[in-house]
Amino acid sequence: MLKNSTLSYGWLSIVFHWVSAIIVIGMFALGWWMVDLNYYSSWYTDAPHYHKSVGLLLVALMLVRLTWNLSQKTPTPLGTKWEIKAAKLAHLLLYLLVFSLFISGYLISTADERGITIFNWFTLGSLGRFFAEQEDIAGMVHEYVAYVLIGLASLHGLAALKHHFINNDNTLVRMLTIKQQKEQQ
Amino acid sequence: MRKSLLAFGLLALLSSNAFAANYVVDTSGAHASINFKIQHLGYSWITGRFNTFDGKFSYDPAKPEAATINVNIDTQSVDSNHAERDKHLRSEDFLYVKKYPNAKFVSTKVESLGGERLKIFGDFSLHGITKPIIIMAEKIGEGKDPWGGYRAGFSGTTRIAMADYGIMTNLGPASTHVELMLNLEGVQQ
Repeated sequence: MLKNSTLSYGWLSIVFHWVSAIIVIGMFALGWWMVDLNYYSSWYTDAPHYHKSVGLLLVALMLVRLTWNLSQKTPTPLGTKWEIKAAKLAHLLLYLLVFSLFISGYLISTADERGITIFNWFTLGSLGRFFAEQEDIAGMVHEYVAYVLIGLASLHGLAALKHHFINNDNTLVRMLTIKQQKEQQ
Repeated sequence: MRKSLLAFGLLALLSSNAFAANYVVDTSGAHASINFKIQHLGYSWITGRFNTFDGKFSYDPAKPEAATINVNIDTQSVDSNHAERDKHLRSEDFLYVKKYPNAKFVSTKVESLGGERLKIFGDFSLHGITKPIIIMAEKIGEGKDPWGGYRAGFSGTTRIAMADYGIMTNLGPASTHVELMLNLEGVQQ
């Protein structure tokens, strides 16, 4: 099944979820590692190039994902009232944080009117400088938001494991496969 | 009697000041710049500048060795025409501007080398460390400006080792030193 139902995610939502999860974690690791590279490291220029290229492609993916998810039913959340509320807030925040990373990252590299080249494939132009000390402020936001996002994503993962192992419900399973839903129907 | 003594004293004060004139560096009109250059890999020069600074000097063409100068630099204003690099230059790896927002030069002694050339000894503070340096300077010119003021301008260069100022980031063997070039035009006060 391509589409979501009230009981389960369709495979497109599942693919979007896991692909973006893997990319976000990979981008965090890459970003965290590359800022301390030695000037003579052969990765000194390539690592940021890949970080920016993949990051901007992720923007496109996230926009498609968001559009798709908004057009879809959301499987009924499982758990207590406060858990459901907290989960919804967390999901919203995850989106907001990811988009803040896109914006802040873009603002660092384009503060001097230079565009960002994506895999030497095309260049996303600069919109210029919006405020003073843009690259520094955007850089700080980018760093801290990244830590908060990874923290929240870890919580999100732990919550899924809690649903699976403690509540024994379908929350995690329905994000992994489209078959399991029948059990609860 | 007291009045005339006072008048005499004032006159003496004024005349002694008339020789060693005080100048304020014309940053508002941007007739001054603080530039730097450093080698990239040993293959080329990268140049940059500090956009925000102020300075004062006193100078008497008849007694150049009595000249004094001090310059304050806002390190946050470093500009190498590349946002990502400037962000890096402001970070802990280089200028660490959050902790060390100012750099300054205060002259301690000036030697005249004849002609318009001066050797300016002084203390340069950067990255929280103060070290003596020598700026080789030259007076470019002085005289009335067309708007009723009087100006004098100097150009000077010096060279510092980044490691002397505790900036240990390794940029390679050709890039251990930074050359500073100052162009300072002052308006007489």
